Amino acid sequence: MPSLAELTQLIVFALLATGVVVGSLGVVLLPNVVYAAFLLGGVFLSVAGLYLMLNASFIAAAQVLVYVGAVNVLILFAIMLVNKKEAMNAYPGMALRRLLSSGVCAGLLWLLLRVAFTTPWATPGPEPLGDGAVIRLGEHFFTDYLLPFELASVLLLMAMIGAIVLARRDVLTTDVGSGEAVDQALIEKARTPLLLEKTRP
Amino acid sequence: MTSISVPLEAYLSVGALLFCIGVWGLINSRNAVRVLMSIELMLNAVNINLMSFSSYLDGQEIRGQVYAIFVITVAAAEAAVGLAILLSLYRNRDTVDMERFNLLRW
Repeated sequence: MPSLAELTQLIVFALLATGVVVGSLGVVLLPNVVYAAFLLGGVFLSVAGLYLMLNASFIAAAQVLVYVGAVNVLILFAIMLVNKKEAMNAYPGMALRRLLSSGVCAGLLWLLLRVAFTTPWATPGPEPLGDGAVIRLGEHFFTDYLLPFELASVLLLMAMIGAIVLARRDVLTTDVGSGEAVDQALIEKARTPLLLEKTRP
Repeated sequence: MTSISVPLEAYLSVGALLFCIGVWGLINSRNAVRVLMSIELMLNAVNINLMSFSSYLDGQEIRGQVYAIFVITVAAAEAAVGLAILLSLYRNRDTVDMERFNLLRW
């Protein structure tokens, strides 16, 4: 007979795991992309709940801040900016590809589950830190993981500048055919895009 | 009281399932935004694995949490650059259908 705390933990874990799996299935399978993006936010929140159960309150907070607050909002903005209803017409071999990829994914899942259940894990390990995890995390970041920590700041700076350069539209480019300077506002000016294919099958 | 009642394998199973759903969505999505969402799902599955190992097997030196922080950082940078590439691609090709981004195909 499990105690009340263990029973509560089991129920909360079952709810969060169901939320993660059902939400991610919805992200992949729902036809409307906006619903998929909101379900992705639900998946991120459920994963943050799993982190709370794993004695990692700081990472759970970072997950909510970074994923739900930044990445999900960014994805919603991208959906809004490229919101164009287009008919995704079928192409030959789509059913075959679905079948093959489903087989590959099922095989991968079988492999991962087999590894997870047959490996003799050294549990129970050392006692988890709990609330002292933030202090230990800070010690790691400023002693033995200092170089990756600083490199991560450089990476974020590079990603920020790169995203701005890629997404701005007043970059001066030259037309491939005529050699004269053009801008990238192709759709607004109803100009034939340079890279559109000539013949559609 | 630490998490003893839920076994480590349960967390690993959730991570494996999430990763496989992400791979399936990555292969089968037509919309480019959904491909980016599938990549985020896969990164989250990896993070669940790291965090569960960190809590169950490495409770004192929480190196899994350190790695999870780095993965979250790289995922945020990847999302920003990926969506910027997607916007630029949409401006040039006027579509987000992955089957029509075939300029470099043989």
